[in-house]
Amino acid sequence: MKRCITSALGVAGLLALFGHAALAQATATDPTAAANAYVNAPHNWQMWFPTPGSPMQAQIDWLMKFVLWIMTGVVGFVGVLMVYVFIRFRAGRNKVPSTVTHNTLIEVIWIVVPTLLLAVIVIPSINLIYYEADDSNPYLTINVTGHQWYWEYNYAGVQGGLDYTSYMIPDNQIQPGEIRRLSVDHPMVVPAGEKIKFVITSADVLHAFYLPSLGMQRYAIPGTNLTQWTIIPKVGTYYGQCNQICGVNHDAMPIEIKAIPLADYLNWVKYAQTNYSMNTVPRSPLSSPLPVNELADASSN
Amino acid sequence: MTATTHDHSHDAHPHDAHEAHHQKGFIERWLMSTNHKDIGTLYITMAVIGACVGGVLSVIMRQQLMYPHNDIITSGAAWNAIITAHGLIMIFWFVMPALIGGFGNWFVPMMIGAPDMAFPRLNNMSFWFLAAGFIFVMIGLLLGNGTGAGWTIYPPLDNAQYSPGVATDFSLFSLHLAGVSSLLGAINFIATILNMRAPGMTMHKMPLFCWAILVTAFLLLLAIPVLAGAVTMLIMDRNFGTSFFEPSGGGDPVLFQHLFWFFGHPEVYIMILPAFGIISHVVSTFSRKPIFGYLGMAYAMVVIGFVGFIVWAHHMFVSAISTDSKVYFEVATLVIAVPTGIKIFSWIATMWGGSIEFKTPMLWAIGFIFLFVIGGATGVVLANAGLDQELHNDYFLIAHFHYVLSMGAAFAVFAGFYYWIGKMTGHPYPEFWGKVHFWTFFIGVNLTFFPMHFLGLAGMPRRYPDYADAFAGWNYVSSIGSIISGVSTLVFFYVLYAVFTSKEQLADNYWGEGATTLEWAVPSPAPHHTFEDVPVIR
Repeated sequence: MKRCITSALGVAGLLALFGHAALAQATATDPTAAANAYVNAPHNWQMWFPTPGSPMQAQIDWLMKFVLWIMTGVVGFVGVLMVYVFIRFRAGRNKVPSTVTHNTLIEVIWIVVPTLLLAVIVIPSINLIYYEADDSNPYLTINVTGHQWYWEYNYAGVQGGLDYTSYMIPDNQIQPGEIRRLSVDHPMVVPAGEKIKFVITSADVLHAFYLPSLGMQRYAIPGTNLTQWTIIPKVGTYYGQCNQICGVNHDAMPIEIKAIPLADYLNWVKYAQTNYSMNTVPRSPLSSPLPVNELADASSN
Repeated sequence: MTATTHDHSHDAHPHDAHEAHHQKGFIERWLMSTNHKDIGTLYITMAVIGACVGGVLSVIMRQQLMYPHNDIITSGAAWNAIITAHGLIMIFWFVMPALIGGFGNWFVPMMIGAPDMAFPRLNNMSFWFLAAGFIFVMIGLLLGNGTGAGWTIYPPLDNAQYSPGVATDFSLFSLHLAGVSSLLGAINFIATILNMRAPGMTMHKMPLFCWAILVTAFLLLLAIPVLAGAVTMLIMDRNFGTSFFEPSGGGDPVLFQHLFWFFGHPEVYIMILPAFGIISHVVSTFSRKPIFGYLGMAYAMVVIGFVGFIVWAHHMFVSAISTDSKVYFEVATLVIAVPTGIKIFSWIATMWGGSIEFKTPMLWAIGFIFLFVIGGATGVVLANAGLDQELHNDYFLIAHFHYVLSMGAAFAVFAGFYYWIGKMTGHPYPEFWGKVHFWTFFIGVNLTFFPMHFLGLAGMPRRYPDYADAFAGWNYVSSIGSIISGVSTLVFFYVLYAVFTSKEQLADNYWGEGATTLEWAVPSPAPHHTFEDVPVIR
């Protein structure tokens, strides 16, 4: 099962089209450089889910197709029926209306058939709910805290501790290779192929930790911890955004995750512990290091 | 539909009762009205104003979203105030007053053979609460930074710390006023429908629109007090230092979500059930056939209303809710597809074997059915908790609920308007322009909302004034669609103008044999007091 999904991911990755061939600047010392080789970001005129970046997203993608095909059949059936009725029973062709107002058999059929269709949907759907809930035995747990308007990542269990913040790169500071409104100053970095658990909360208002290409979403609620998990088999960069209205810069707190090989990840932890030390969480959740206006009025730049 | 009338009132009181109200002064007639038709007209006027304000806000939003990095709205606060007001106004000051207060007031008493509503003064009071609420919600939009928490008003974003200023308080009180208005209206409708039906009109002979309004009234009666409680707690958190929803004081923001959606989910049926009622009458009239499966149709609405109360947490699949609860709420939600399917198939069966005329009201009804099926299909998708994890709060959801509301409720409002405007004014609408209005609006809203499915699948979150450049293409298409819908609305205003300047007088039953309910047995326009002798239903 797992191997099947992984190979499917590989094929899908090869076939993937990307509007942005974004290659973030790679310095020789940057241990996350490997993640620049593959960028899973939305592209213009996209009409379907992102290429699955995790087994969970692959399952969501499958169920979505399953349910949507059934529903397309239903909509198509109703559509065909209506068009037939409009042609066959238009006033010009059928001058005398029938007086039939009951037919027990047909009324039973249109209760039973939809019920059976729903039963067919419910079974794989409930399986998916329990699959998504199984966050047991992670390799790594990251505490994710939403703030107005940045994310804080606290790597639980990392020797020496690692806690840093992640801000969107303002529109006027975007460098070539970065994606406007999606790239951040300090991305979350995780080892590829390992199970990661996220414990999500908020320090102020509601936010939502939303990564479409990984099939993850949870509200960040002050006073409550919600969990999500993922495995990212493919080394690369994945994007998400805050998806619960959180104030004037709701659109300016994206999420960027870089999945890199385990060895690189271990190097990155040491790198981050030295280099991200300036980037510790501000004492007051409201004191933003970036001027608020710079984010809010991005369009006036 | 199953009722026919032995019409006493027509010959005895042609127009004298109608003329009598013209002798009242403007203030007495419109500000102190106790007449269900005048109050219905006031409600419809309110709905037109609400739709214009909410619609202009939506066009502004689409203009901003036409291009990434656009500069029509440069402040996040202004953007959030606009999205909040758009949602609140469209729900509470357009759809509800149009369908329930407007058409409900006008036609429920007529359809059941009653001279007026049970409590005429309460009826008036109910309207003016709503009008006052509209002033409050506009203050909430325009004062200071406005109210920026979205129409779902989730705390903590709208508590005193994150939304200082009285604008938010005005918006919250506007919900109280609209709520009291709806509550009084609901009591009035229940009393009227249960007690004032003409002799012979048993519950099982009552027109489906009255059934729809009755079920809606019960939903309002049970849901609005929960909203009122939640809003009151919010106002106390903001102003009196309580901490119902403050984690630091032992409260919980998730509690608010439960209370809000315990109201909010029935609310979507409050908006769509009256629409179901109107569509049934229009489909039956223009197929020249009685409605198919009348009892199934009536009880399907009762079932939808009941199940609507036990599915609220499907709005919280990515919030704090246990895994087993997700399974329950998913299954319960999917169950609603069955009675909804009964309605759809019964409408088609009503048309089957009929003699269908494609007049403007019928076009709106057909548009309603087909687009409601599409919106219902995406509703089944979203009901899957496992899929909702991906789709929650993104543009797929926006597309879904605009298909069922913008194209469901709004199409039913227009179907009802074209169906009944002759009965309300005595003048016909211009058929050609009615059809132009339908087709332009149909194309416009589809172009606006269908591409949103793609944006949602690609992962675009809602309530964003600026977005990643990759979402530009479909947003552009969507904004073009909103311009078309906007122009289409101008056609509607021309239709309105043409109706009120028309010299032509319509007959009692200008739709012919397909229209069988009691309002077609009285003159057009309906006399001020519809039935001075009690009609007898055979």
